[in-house]
Amino acid sequence: MKCQQCEKPATFHITELTGEKPHELHLCEQCAQSYLTNNPSGGTPIQPSLAGMLHHQLKVADTAKELAKLDEQVCPICGISFYEFRNQGRLGCPHDYTCFGSELEPLIVNIHGDSQHAGKHPKHHQQTSQEQTRLIQLHNDMKAAVEKEDYERASQIRDEIRKIEDGQS
Amino acid sequence: MRGSGPESDIVISSRIRLARNLAEFPFIRRCSPQDRKSIEKMVHDRLHAIPGFNALYYLRVDELAHVDRQFLTERQLISREHAEAEGARSVAIDNDERLSVMINEEDHLRIQVMKSGLDLHSAWQQINEVDDQLESKLTYAFHERLGYLTACPTNVGTGMRVSVMLHLPALVITNQIEKVFRSLQKINLAVRGLYGEGSQAMGDFYQISNQITLGKSEEELIGQVSGVVPMIIAYERKARDFLITQNREDLHDKISRAYGILCTAQTISSEETMHLLSSVRMGVNLGLIDDLAISDINKLFVETQPAHLQKLRGNELDTAGRNIERALYLRRYLQDRGKEHRDERN
Ligand SMILES: [Zn+2]
Ligand SMILES: [Zn+2]
Repeated sequence: MKCQQCEKPATFHITELTGEKPHELHLCEQCAQSYLTNNPSGGTPIQPSLAGMLHHQLKVADTAKELAKLDEQVCPICGISFYEFRNQGRLGCPHDYTCFGSELEPLIVNIHGDSQHAGKHPKHHQQTSQEQTRLIQLHNDMKAAVEKEDYERASQIRDEIRKIEDGQS
Repeated sequence: MRGSGPESDIVISSRIRLARNLAEFPFIRRCSPQDRKSIEKMVHDRLHAIPGFNALYYLRVDELAHVDRQFLTERQLISREHAEAEGARSVAIDNDERLSVMINEEDHLRIQVMKSGLDLHSAWQQINEVDDQLESKLTYAFHERLGYLTACPTNVGTGMRVSVMLHLPALVITNQIEKVFRSLQKINLAVRGLYGEGSQAMGDFYQISNQITLGKSEEELIGQVSGVVPMIIAYERKARDFLITQNREDLHDKISRAYGILCTAQTISSEETMHLLSSVRMGVNLGLIDDLAISDINKLFVETQPAHLQKLRGNELDTAGRNIERALYLRRYLQDRGKEHRDERN
């Protein structure tokens, strides 16, 4: 077989994996080398990091003053600030997806190209995110009650947690 | 890995992991030491209440010696992060080491199923069932629109990472591996090298996994990875054919020398071992070495790692000591296997 780009015998048989079907190329060593090094397919070589993505996104969206204000925003449930999230790339609790929602939304679309879950759902009773937030809150309250040795209050809270978990709220 | 399963000449293993969090606790980063203990205990109790789960080995990772944590990492039963983190954390492992559940990793739960060869569909069946069983006993953090909520927004949605570990020596030798990477990145798949002792990319092993987790169903994500793997396999086979038809002597020589070093070295680093084993593995696949099986090589990859050698020896070893122990282990193993194979043939 001859090289597709010159008269020499083809010794490299390259299969392009981009696109719907694999596409075959038959090249001599020289043409193959230049084909591979020139990267005609282009494309982004490295997936940008989460922090980098966020940084870029915020730089575009906000002035320094707005960003500083945004950084001070704190989740009422877990106490994480937006600044901490921006630095560590990890959220503090499920409620952050709601309370930092408007900042997270474009980031999520940027990462996944989508913002709507299409996979499995828990089969058993599922609480709304509001109920789930309430659960964390009650959990915190219960810890505080136990610390204060207010066991009556703690057991009331426990009942309330059970109600939500069992879907009776 | 056993060196069995579909396409096991090129595909080492298939793995699926699911990230899950409990609704009533903050994510790990914001957990108090007490929260971590409560989560650990809660998941432990619920795991035991699931039929068929009491057979699991349950290990408190924070109470293990450093070498034991490293041992679990080398067997891919826990992540490096989980081995090195702080605070209450644990792992449940099933008998055949295919299923493991990490508790208090980056997320409260990281469920993982691993199979030999290319076998994502049965891995999904198993992990989906385990997830359902756990979910019947625990309340997961789940959002109506965003799906399973995770500590990092890169995992939100399905919380699922599908990965396949491939051995691609011929694509490396023929300098075509970069090309494969670029093609994969274009269709949103991530590729990473296998890392050894010093987090340096090792040998010719590459892991392909899904980059996105939201907006596609689990089956679609699995389909994306399992659809591209046969193309890479065909591509690698083609490169092997090319090498063997164009340059059989050179290839045979390279492989025989690698085997020779492994059989005779008196001290050897884990990096060099990986590279040489990689050549020998391809040699076995191509029929250029006939007194070893793929399962032997896969076993050696695992057992020549630092913590495995130290467990074998029964005491701690520094780098130099490990290199000597590794060479000794390889010499003995390869001599025995070679002899068995020769006996079988005679
Ligand atoms: Zn040419
Ligand atoms: Zn929060």
